[in-house]
Amino acid sequence: MAAILEMRGITKTFPGVRALSDVSFSVEAGEIHALVGENGAGKSTLMKVLSGVYPHGSYEGEIVFEGEERRFSGINDSEAVGIIIIHQELALVPLLSIAENVFLGNERARGGIIDWGATYAGTKALLETVGLSESPDTLVEDLGVGKQQLVEIAKALSKRVKLLILDEPTASLNERDSDALLELLLRFKAQGITSILISHKLNEIAKVADSITVLRDGTAVETLDCRGGPVSEDRIIKGMVGREMADRYPPRESRIGDLLLEVEGWSADHPLHTDRRVVKGITLNVRRGEIVGIAGLMGAGRTEFAMSLFGRSWGRNVTGKVRLAGREIDVSTVGRAVENGLAYVTEDRKTYGLVLERDIATNVTLAHLSGVAKGGIIDDMRELAVATDYRSRLRIRSAGVHQDTVTLSGGNQQKVVLAKWLFADPQVLILDEPTRGIDVGAKYEIYALMNRLAEEGRGLLVISSEMPELLGMCDRIYVMNEGSLVAEFPVAEASQEKIMNAIVRAGRR
Amino acid sequence: MDTGLVKEDAGTRRMPALSAVRTHFGDYGMLLALLVIMAFFQIMTDGTLLRPLNVTNLVLQNSYIVIMALGMLLVIVSGHIDLSVGSVVGFVGGLAAVLIVQYGWHFVPTIAVCLVVGGIIGAIQGYWVAYLRVPSFIVTLAGMLVFKGLQLALLGGRSVGPFPIEFQRISSGFIADPIGNPGFNLPAIFFGIAAVVAIGWFGLRHRANQNRHGVAPAPFGLFAFKSGLLALLVLGFCYLLATYRGLPNVFLLMITLVAVYAFITNRTTIGRRIYALGGNEKAAKLSGVRTEFLTFLTFANMGVLAALAGLIVAARLNTATPRAGLGFELDVIAACFIGGASASGGFGKVTGAVIGALIMGVMNNGMSILGIGIDYQQVIKGLVLLAAVSVDVYYRRK
Repeated sequence: MAAILEMRGITKTFPGVRALSDVSFSVEAGEIHALVGENGAGKSTLMKVLSGVYPHGSYEGEIVFEGEERRFSGINDSEAVGIIIIHQELALVPLLSIAENVFLGNERARGGIIDWGATYAGTKALLETVGLSESPDTLVEDLGVGKQQLVEIAKALSKRVKLLILDEPTASLNERDSDALLELLLRFKAQGITSILISHKLNEIAKVADSITVLRDGTAVETLDCRGGPVSEDRIIKGMVGREMADRYPPRESRIGDLLLEVEGWSADHPLHTDRRVVKGITLNVRRGEIVGIAGLMGAGRTEFAMSLFGRSWGRNVTGKVRLAGREIDVSTVGRAVENGLAYVTEDRKTYGLVLERDIATNVTLAHLSGVAKGGIIDDMRELAVATDYRSRLRIRSAGVHQDTVTLSGGNQQKVVLAKWLFADPQVLILDEPTRGIDVGAKYEIYALMNRLAEEGRGLLVISSEMPELLGMCDRIYVMNEGSLVAEFPVAEASQEKIMNAIVRAGRR
Repeated sequence: MDTGLVKEDAGTRRMPALSAVRTHFGDYGMLLALLVIMAFFQIMTDGTLLRPLNVTNLVLQNSYIVIMALGMLLVIVSGHIDLSVGSVVGFVGGLAAVLIVQYGWHFVPTIAVCLVVGGIIGAIQGYWVAYLRVPSFIVTLAGMLVFKGLQLALLGGRSVGPFPIEFQRISSGFIADPIGNPGFNLPAIFFGIAAVVAIGWFGLRHRANQNRHGVAPAPFGLFAFKSGLLALLVLGFCYLLATYRGLPNVFLLMITLVAVYAFITNRTTIGRRIYALGGNEKAAKLSGVRTEFLTFLTFANMGVLAALAGLIVAARLNTATPRAGLGFELDVIAACFIGGASASGGFGKVTGAVIGALIMGVMNNGMSILGIGIDYQQVIKGLVLLAAVSVDVYYRRK
């Protein structure tokens, strides 16, 4: 088969650093080509070069698309020839309808006046293609993340796409929605649309990719062909990190102690639709030194439970009892919850975790300023020492503790959020999707840190949508569905099938 | 993201001399801009700008703008705006006049009552913004209309005055020279010397502290140059005041407040939390910061400072007029933005806001001396505001 795209000898430098060096990357027509690599390996930079975000002249090398050399000076040029990129952060306007979003910037209009008939008809056809049955005038904000992703794809299709680039499309999707999306990619392939898939989820790549290119430190290390036979995840990881990863989860000897956290009959209603109970009478416990997981599908109410527990940060009519080491504690505000030994590490570090335009030091001390202050006055040097200590202990890669967190990679940002809560010295940590969107190497470090915290006698409650992660890390797993706990397994008895079964059976009841 | 790699490598490179100057001199950019503007008007007005009398006038004319800019900075850093301060100035000035002139109150309880009233006004607006979540632009726009109206109602549309001399001294009094040396006021000189000693001592202590904790301080030459420049400015300024009538009372009040607010924003937990609140409210809240209460507090504080400014203005004019305070909010807000505060919150420094206020003040004064009409003064001020913020946005994007 012929190559639809060839990028030859691409070198892109930023002041002081070479982000891509002499990368050659070729995609065959009609295939699904996966692009993998750790954060910072240069995947996004390469795609920005391809889509014209970095215009011709700002990089070295050449791009040949459909047999012609292309010199894009902006994203409009690349879209004009059929290269469409769907970014990780969705670019939809929440308060506009699906139809308005699909044709945004590309309106079905004559002389500036929108033809609503054509707009709706066109949208309907596109939605059918991606498998959505929603009405075109539904507001985007009323859709779940999974469906929003499909709207993005419908939008791409409206532009006569030849090469579709998806940057981490399933990062915030649950398994069912992810599978639907991957099915869709396979259908596109049958229709002759070529796709480039950037993902950290190696199992998904194994499912759909025809070939895999591995980037590491700004160079293309290798391209693996999957058509001859499946490529193992370990093989891909080896390419990404440059060494064999013997074990994805660091070993731990559980030393489980007394009851630490007990939650009894915890309930919460939706903050806007107060007639909707989202968390329904959760009763659970965590012991000292224990890592307890909460499995469930997206929308099961896990984050809502955790946030309502942590200082009523979510929901209305929050009720229930919390005991810490046998004593009932007040968690009615975040301040009190922290004082009483709780910490909640958010799933959304950019929105809820970090003050992005402040430096590492400021973020690390934010939840426990009294630890570096006396009588309300901050001791700069003490703060510096604390931040420096956590930076080296958690191996946060940065130019120093005064680097703004917005410039850090995802894994390092996550470590800053963790450092913030470690400095507050909690007894119980609730970790919500602690490894979302971060690369394999950083994941391992975070797992090792979790083990260390458990060994120190703290209790960890881990919410994760990646079942292998829960199975690999936890001592005990609760399963949550539609706001209730529907099952509990010691890890020795748990498996992905059992967890899925519990969810499905609960759903049928 | 890929940019993480970029920054990491860029940061570990050795810092060349030029960029060292830029990092350690960044905050001084505003000060240099102020000096350039002063030099320009000094030349254009044939030296009138820096005559002792005019320097004293500059202080008297701008003290209340500076004082309000301190409160406004906190409001802006927390991500809000307060449009009502001009009306509060007028209303509180009117209240003071009515209490003192019409009811014959002593000035001390009057001042106390006025400050409390200002605090209550700020607290009410803060409650609406922080707890009822009505946008601050709307709440304080309403406040602007309400208190402008109450000012007119209170004064019955007339000017009320004059005030007793003790009250006037808030604005027009000076620190007396114990020796009574005419033409050369010793307290002003001592104040200058004390300030210079403080600059040197705090600077050296900070460097020693940095060294002790293994942080490389700025090159000594640069530090000496910066401190020397600042010391020279302070001494020159105090000398000019000394050769007229010495330190105005209101100047001491202003300097004390500037020092207090600079300390609060730089060194205290409450200051830190206000920056965090403005930078990312949700993250701050989930870190245990009482975001609503802090927002409420910044507005209450703004109210007190606006009331104080109202008293100063009334004392200076020796009468409360129906037009007092008109348009002050614009000068105060402009001062903060010229001084580098970010309209979306999270950024801004007290020193920047003070210098911003002085830039506005020097331009007002200089242009008046040059005889430029009020019409073109406004055009020029508007353009300077736009230019200052544009430069800021440009450098921040880089």
